[in-house]
Order: sequence, then structure tokens, then C-alpha cells
Amino acid sequence: MSDKRAQTPSSEPELVAGNGLLHRRALLGQGIVYAGAVGTGLAASLTGAAAEPLREGPWSMHVGTIIPPYQTPSRYEAHVVRTQDNPDNEPRNSRARTPHHLLKGIITPNGLHFTICHGGVPDIDPAQHRLVIHGMVKQPLEFTVEALERYPMVSRIGFVECGGNSAPLFSNEPIQANVQALHGLASCSEWTGVLLSTLLDEAGVDPKAKWMIAEGADSPRLSRSVPVAKGLDDAMIALYQNGERIQPGQGYPMRLWLPGYEGNMNVKYVRRIKLTAEPAMSYYESRTYSQILPNGKAYRFYFLQEVKSFITTPSPGLVLKEPGYYEISGIAYSGTGRIKKVLVSADGGQSWGEAALQDPVLPKAFTRFRMPWRWSGGPAILQSRAWDESGTVQPTRAQFVALRGQTTKPPSVLDFPSQHFNSITSWAVDAKGGVKHVYA
Amino acid sequence: MSMRRMALLAASLMAVASAGASAADSPRLGKPISPADIAPWDITIMPDGTGLPPGTGTPAQGAPIFQAKCSACHGENGKGGVAAAVTAGPPRASLDGGKTIANFWPYATTIFDFVRRAMPYNAPHSLKDDEVYALTAYLLSLNKIIGDNDVMNAQTLPKVKMPNRDNFIIRFPERI
Repeated sequence: MSDKRAQTPSSEPELVAGNGLLHRRALLGQGIVYAGAVGTGLAASLTGAAAEPLREGPWSMHVGTIIPPYQTPSRYEAHVVRTQDNPDNEPRNSRARTPHHLLKGIITPNGLHFTICHGGVPDIDPAQHRLVIHGMVKQPLEFTVEALERYPMVSRIGFVECGGNSAPLFSNEPIQANVQALHGLASCSEWTGVLLSTLLDEAGVDPKAKWMIAEGADSPRLSRSVPVAKGLDDAMIALYQNGERIQPGQGYPMRLWLPGYEGNMNVKYVRRIKLTAEPAMSYYESRTYSQILPNGKAYRFYFLQEVKSFITTPSPGLVLKEPGYYEISGIAYSGTGRIKKVLVSADGGQSWGEAALQDPVLPKAFTRFRMPWRWSGGPAILQSRAWDESGTVQPTRAQFVALRGQTTKPPSVLDFPSQHFNSITSWAVDAKGGVKHVYA
Repeated sequence: MSMRRMALLAASLMAVASAGASAADSPRLGKPISPADIAPWDITIMPDGTGLPPGTGTPAQGAPIFQAKCSACHGENGKGGVAAAVTAGPPRASLDGGKTIANFWPYATTIFDFVRRAMPYNAPHSLKDDEVYALTAYLLSLNKIIGDNDVMNAQTLPKVKMPNRDNFIIRFPERI
């Protein structure tokens, strides 16, 4: 090792902000040394007792099981699942949220990707599925899955976020729920498919067409109007998710993927795209995804999922067992482009330190950030705040609520008072290591 | 390698890098389809009435259909149940809730479009066009937007002026 600091265990970690935030350098190669140097960190062991003599585990003493055709997680990970808000499939919308507090990295496992369905999950035979492009085009065209398989494909890592993700933070009082309940309607995958521009070019779009109305093959035939500009930019007919065919909850056999745009517009089971001069003013754009403002007006065509970040560990439901070294970790993303910077605070925003961004930092994708922290054992309020490459900064909750409003009484955590909430989230750590959701 | 071969290689590498980005690379496997063959799926109704089918319906014709096919979820007289209320909301919606046809929906054509494509929940797209016109008329009359005897059809429905129509702000006009 050539770094002198790494050979000097007595060197103190460099504090960058109040309440124990350490310089992110502590994570980059020298982290182990700093962790040890803290003295009260994990190196001291959680129990305070010395290690015991090693033993063989029973799993090492006999042959294991058959390798299954499709591997699923260890039975010890059975708690790492989505939460279902309509487990009996009652006649209403149903949602399943991603357990961010139990995941690391930037890719959401396919089975844990959030799902919202407005009429259950359809069981579509890919051999019979068709995608039709028509309306203001030179030649209306029909595509089969088999045909699309022969097109040049592109792969791109990016997030999908429901426009209503984080909606519980519109509550006038902080709702006590975990990060899965508050922010679990966002996930990130590698999507592979055919650029929509390729198919639009083939059909020959009339220059007077400004909109395309996308429709799914699910029971409500979910329909959204999307600007043609987005269709010709980076929209994709996605067939694969993290290397395998898109899951039924994500739109099997194909979905419209609009990087960075409101989840509901990323029409699943897409079967029809109609080019038009005007938007259709479908139920979802004219009613559900129009956001009421404090002055009684409402936003329409919000589309963009703006810059956001939140801390996933520590977070409510996770407990810090003893004072010492911890890594604060979370995700940041923006529908505009790359994440430029994430700052973290441990004192409710009085002071901030810059977090390390884990490579790769990709446009319109989750970016994992990390921040080394030495918890003193006293109260702390953890926050993260992200900037994207356009220079847009995640607002404080006070700034956000001044523009967008809040409820007058706390709603159910499952309610959606409005959408496109992207302000700072605050977690309060108490002296026992418990974590609560607060406004700060 | 000759300069010419290098140039060709560079050109082909560039083509690979932009694979899928232009129709020139496309195998063009889309099958031409006629508007008549698309018609069974082409159910979009535009705010100006484009797409509305022939047919007609009145609030009185819609009331028994609502009772039979909608009230189990939307409640008696549309007051709400497991599914959202379709009438009787507050005068103005807020973050506390209460978006209704009367206080929020900007276009009456959206009712026809959504009811026809998505309702009833357990038998979507099963209503006849006359039934959809009748239900649309019933909902507009329940919300006191049209009179009890008004007839809804392809000509009258797009002319219904919804009270909240002019209360919307386009969030990012530059993205349209």
C-alpha cells in the first residue's frame, strides 16, 4: 500500500459536517482503516464479546439440493418482498411496492420491481399479441413479438417511477411508515427493446402529428397521450427487463418505456399507438394525473419525474444497535439526466457533506450514494439532497409545500393526495437507534 | 490495413454504435393494416368528439343501467363505495381529495371514452354504445351539468362545457 494514511491506524477520520458525518474519502479504499480507527465501530463487535472457536455448519456436512431451473432467493430472505395493497384483487387498483430498505445497488430485482395495475395483471399470449401504429402516418403497421425480435435492439438502464410515488409526504404531518411505503413506487432496471423512433420512421409520421396515444391490452385498455417529441427521442418498445422477458407485472410481452417520464405513461401491454394532432384527454391524464394546486388550479401534463433522493439505510424499521461507524446509503435519480451531486446531513440540514456517488452514474437511472457516518449515540436527523446535471436541486419540504400544498389532515399512507412529490425526506434517529419519519 | 479499409471499418463501427437509431437499419417487418381492420381496437374518443360512434342515450335510460352494473362499486346514486364516488363531491377538489366529474373533469368525452373501454370493472368493454351514451348522460345529469331530459349523442356530448375546463396549467409546455 502506498497511501501513508492507510498505514496509520491512529489517524482520525476527517469530519465534513455536523453530528459525525465523515469525508467520503473514508469509503474509497481507506474505509476499513477509518472504521477501525473509530474504535467504537463495528470492529468492536456488536456484542462486545470476543469471537468463539469456529465450527462446521450442518450445510457443510452433506450434499445440497438440486440446482433449480430458475433460482429464487434463499429462504432466509423470505421477508424481502413487495407489499401488496390489494391482496384479494378487489375491484380497484392494486399496487406492490419495492422494499428499498432491504436492497443495495441500483438494479431492482425483477420480482421486486414495483407494479401498479388498474385491472389486475393480464395473462397475455405473446404469439397473439399485436402492436399497431396508426393514425397520422403514411402507412398503418402491425408488429408481432416475433417481428420485433428481429429489429436492432438497444439496452439502457433507467428508472420507472409512479407519478404518485412519495405521495404520503403531502400529508401535513409526517406519516410513520418505512421507505417502502413512502417511496416504494420507483424501481430501476436494464430495459432492452426496439427504439420507438425506428418503428415510427417505418410507419412514416405526418409532421403535423404532435401526440401519440398509447394504449395497453389490459382490461381497462389503459390509454395515455404522449408527445411525439418523446416518441422520437428516447422512447423504447421494451421487451426485456434485466436480460429476461419483461415480467407480467411490467407489461409482458412489451411495454412503452419513456425514460424519466411519469410511470403511468409507460403503457404496459402496449398494443396500439395512434398518432394525432391533439391529446385524447384520457381519464388518467385529464383526471388522475392532473395535480391540484393550493390556488385551486391544477397542473396538466407534468410528465417529468424531477430530481429526487432518499436514504434507504438507515431508515424506519432498521435499528442502529450501538454507536459507531455506519454507512449511510441511498438512491438518487432525475428524469432530466444524470445525478451531479448528493449532499447528506446528520443534523437536520444545518450542515452538509458531499456523498460518494457509486459508479455507474447514468442518465435517468438510479444512482447509489454513500456517506460514512460515526453515530455518537445521540439524536440525529438524516437527510439527503440531490442535484442533477441540469442544475436542478431537490427542494426542501418547506419550499415544495409552499408551491404544491399539503393536506389539512393526515391521509392514509395508501392515499395519493397529489403527485410528483420530490422534496427532501428526513429520518430522525433517537438515542436507542430507532428511526422515525419526521419533517425537518 | 489500407486507409480505405480503415475508413470503411470506422464507418461500420459508427453504424453499430447507432444501431436501432434510424429506419435505414430497420428490417421493416411491419405488416400494413387497413383502418377497417384496426377499427375494433380504435376506441379513442377525442375532446372534439372524433371517434364517437352512432347512438344516443338519456339520463333516464342510464339510471337503471347504473343501478344494475355500476352501483355495486360506485355506491347508490354514485355516492361512492369500493370505487370512487362519481357525484356529490365538494365544490372544489383539494389535496384532501374529492376530484369529481363536476368539480374537476375537463371534458365530457372522457366519460364516454373511459366507461366504454374500462367499465364495468369485471366486464370491461361489454356495454353497447347506446348504454355508454345513457350512462354518460346519467352521470352528467347527476352532477347537474346537463338537464334531466338532455340527450347525449355524437353531436351533443362534445358540446357539453365542463365547469372546471379552464382551470388547468400545462406544467412543462416546452416538452410538448
